[in-house]
Amino acid sequence: MTAPLDTAPSGTGIGKAVRRREDQRFLTGRGTYTEDINRPGQLHAYILRSPHAHARINGIDTSAAREAPGVVAIFTGADMAADKVGSLPCGWQIHNKDGTPMAEPPHPPLVTDTVRHVGDQVAVVIAETKNQAKDAAELIQVDYEPLPAVVSTADADAPDQPQVHPNAPNNVCYDWHLGDKAAVDAAFARAAHVTTLDLVNNRLVPNAMEPRAYIGEYEPSTGDYTLYTTSQNPHVIRLLMGAFVLSIPEHKLRVVAPDVGGGFGSKIYHYAEEAIVTWASRKLGRPIKRVAERSESFLSDAHGRDHVTRAELALDKDGRFLGLRVATKANMGAYLSTFAPAIPTYLYGTLLAGQYATPAIYVEVKALFTHTVPVDAYRGAGRPEACYLLERIVDVAARETGIDRAELRRRNLIRPEQMPYATPVALTYDSGNFPRILERALELADYKGFAARKAESARRGKLRGLGLCSYIEACGIAPSNVAGALGARAGLYESAEVRFHPTGSVTVFTGTHSHGQSHETTFAQIVAEKLGVPIENVDIVHGDTAKVPMGMGTYGSRSLPVGGSAIVKAVDKVVAKARKIAAHMMEAAEADIEFKDGRFSVAGTDKSVGIADVALTAYVPHNYPLEELEPGLDEKAFYDPKNFTFPNGTQISEVEIDPETGVVEIASFIAVDDFGRIVNPMVVEGQVHGGVVQGIGQALYENCVYDPESGQLVTGSFMDYCMPRADDVPSFTVQTDETSPCTHNPLGVKGCGEAGAIGGSACIMNAVVDALSEHGIRHIDMPATPNRVWQAIQAARVPVAAE
Amino acid sequence: MPITVSLSVNGRPVTKEVEGRTLLVQLLREHLGLTGTHVGCDTSQCGACVVHVDGKSVKSCTMLAAQAQGASVTTIEGLAAPDGTLHPMQAAFREHHGLQCGFCTPGMVMSAVDLLQHNPSPSETEVREWLEGNICRCTGYHNIVKAVLSCAETMKSGAKAPAAAAE
Ligand code: FES
Ligand code: FES
Repeated sequence: MTAPLDTAPSGTGIGKAVRRREDQRFLTGRGTYTEDINRPGQLHAYILRSPHAHARINGIDTSAAREAPGVVAIFTGADMAADKVGSLPCGWQIHNKDGTPMAEPPHPPLVTDTVRHVGDQVAVVIAETKNQAKDAAELIQVDYEPLPAVVSTADADAPDQPQVHPNAPNNVCYDWHLGDKAAVDAAFARAAHVTTLDLVNNRLVPNAMEPRAYIGEYEPSTGDYTLYTTSQNPHVIRLLMGAFVLSIPEHKLRVVAPDVGGGFGSKIYHYAEEAIVTWASRKLGRPIKRVAERSESFLSDAHGRDHVTRAELALDKDGRFLGLRVATKANMGAYLSTFAPAIPTYLYGTLLAGQYATPAIYVEVKALFTHTVPVDAYRGAGRPEACYLLERIVDVAARETGIDRAELRRRNLIRPEQMPYATPVALTYDSGNFPRILERALELADYKGFAARKAESARRGKLRGLGLCSYIEACGIAPSNVAGALGARAGLYESAEVRFHPTGSVTVFTGTHSHGQSHETTFAQIVAEKLGVPIENVDIVHGDTAKVPMGMGTYGSRSLPVGGSAIVKAVDKVVAKARKIAAHMMEAAEADIEFKDGRFSVAGTDKSVGIADVALTAYVPHNYPLEELEPGLDEKAFYDPKNFTFPNGTQISEVEIDPETGVVEIASFIAVDDFGRIVNPMVVEGQVHGGVVQGIGQALYENCVYDPESGQLVTGSFMDYCMPRADDVPSFTVQTDETSPCTHNPLGVKGCGEAGAIGGSACIMNAVVDALSEHGIRHIDMPATPNRVWQAIQAARVPVAAE
Repeated sequence: MPITVSLSVNGRPVTKEVEGRTLLVQLLREHLGLTGTHVGCDTSQCGACVVHVDGKSVKSCTMLAAQAQGASVTTIEGLAAPDGTLHPMQAAFREHHGLQCGFCTPGMVMSAVDLLQHNPSPSETEVREWLEGNICRCTGYHNIVKAVLSCAETMKSGAKAPAAAAE
């Protein structure tokens, strides 16, 4: 016998900071990312991309390129069209105010006659080596007829603008709204004060450190396809690519997403390159590999955010919020990426109550096509945009009304006794104690001591600001039927299968995917504790459609609340069956069997049997109730959540600005978060740190810029697009509050993957504007680069002529 | 024109015929199958590709394989002791959760090891400044910095690094 199988070591259960099981391979260079995989006989693909933002293609001459060394084939959109390859599908349909569906233009994997953004796919060169493919691509002559382009979110729907698609007049994809307009108008009519704020939520490039990579492979003897892909959700790719693009049935298509080097949303979507390599692998009868260079990632990974908004907040004389009115233009880019339409609508408009009891809210969102890379979910996806708007306008309102910003929030927070709380924008918060967390954060940040710290900074010639941000997010989108009624074209459940093997080890198959989230550790903690087996005896398997049941993958902080719940459900089924077997083994009534720490015992006796012995009996069913019970101890579960989960928290940061240079330095950043019950505090803190730095990145450094004339991407590399580095950010203080667990899932968990990024940018910008307020500055847009901050200070110093 | 390069990688002599334009990182990944060294950019900004060349950290995407002629190269695969015992830096990254997706990790660890060779007792600021050439999108750097500082403590207090295979 090895370690006793029946008791989980006390240090690995739910709530323990178990060190990660995935680390050994990553730390020794033995991870297996898609680029690390090589298939026998593989060829290499290079995608020729458009250098123009908008152009008609009058011809493509590939003759010289075909003669280049090593070239095996060159395909264009015409070849794919001849094979009836379908358009890349969109997974969410939004309806306009008048009930008509959104404009949904085709999105061919390789264009046929028009390119619509710099980086659009024009042709694929396939050669023996990567260099040969790339060299040959330079010999392709494309006859482009450049056309005028539009890239600006604010102006894309003006009547005189270039049109991105013939069937989307004025570039409008949809014009959507939510909330009670009349109630909001009435609230504004009786307001004592109205705060109005125009703001831009800057466009970001997700930039997971691993560039996207793919290998398509076709086995002629069986007709089976395999796609290795850097994906957050291999089953979704199998469904979308198989059913809509290449017409490959599920049983002939296997999608493998091995170790994936970060996603943050950008690896959810079905990308053209997946279809290209899979389709071409059959045409050529050899595996085809394609790995993006970082410059290609900038031009082809879906971007994030990009909103232009006017927001108005109505307050009564005591500072209570009466109504909120929001009008947003959201940039979709040139085509609809997989979940793009849902982001500025159901993941944005629905979050505009935030933590506040605002009784009336009305939001209008116009989604617009432009000649830019498609925009879709990026960490937080819609919710950071909602949070930024709300927390900025609350701060501006506090300044305008003279009410302390913490006090203004306090007066308007939804109270715990109001839970469950139905907001005016379609959500029902199930749990949360917002005031408690606000007070805890204020205490932790020594809010009262800020004036003294500010004075101390001033003595050194620095402007100090404090930023407060109370965020809420909706995670684990669900239930499927509700989402379906709102336009989702997919289910939103998660799957799990638990195989309890004959000699006591356990393999768990999950439909979620880990690309940094630590599922191999945290999911094993849950299973080890629930089954009472040592964690070393539990393996978590994900990322291969040939192994795991149909599941939706990882996005929107859903892995634990939805995927973890599915695992618990499957574990419960295992225990229920094992209980029956144990009753038989101990000749007792099932009702008398108790299960604790991996042992079944007969109540009131000293008879007991370990779950591993029960498993052995299940697979060697000699003494077994074969009449009533099937052998084996494998169970599968699908879990469809009853509601979203609502992680929430308060973040407080302090910044120091050098007025002579405009440089912003972060002096401190604290976060107090309610993620419900915590499975692994070490992992949770790590998720918060990473999210916060992405929020800081948006607030201070990152900005995706297109040239308004040419439509060229100006920030197309790490030389021009400023990623936050180690010396740009501080260490953080992160605490959690577990007193308000989620009420509708078995673990009481809410999800933690996006929280840092949802509040982070608002928190920092509130601090920056607070610091600048002594110069009379009321708002600046992100990112608060030294240049922008310095300019704002200079502009504020110019004496304004009396009107 | 193919050229021949001979060098030592993780303590083993290797000779390969490669195209003249081959980068050191391509030699390691594509010709020697050492895929622990990663490529995260094409502008020498991200540091995912950092290895040690003659004991110094180098972005292996910034150097031609030909320039490594005669050099002694250590990659992440060569950092742990031959018996598998993790280098204290690797162990510290694990202990302090200094990695999530693991993609930046090999370069990050190799850079951090070189930092402690230069400066065995760095301050937090010095760690952050040293790692400025390594981008991590997952961790927010907090736990990486913690790991490096704690490794410095460990190594000072006498726990010796296993001799890296090639150095
Ligand atoms: S691959 Fe990015 S610096 Fe070398
Ligand atoms: S751990 Fe993912 S990029 Fe650093």
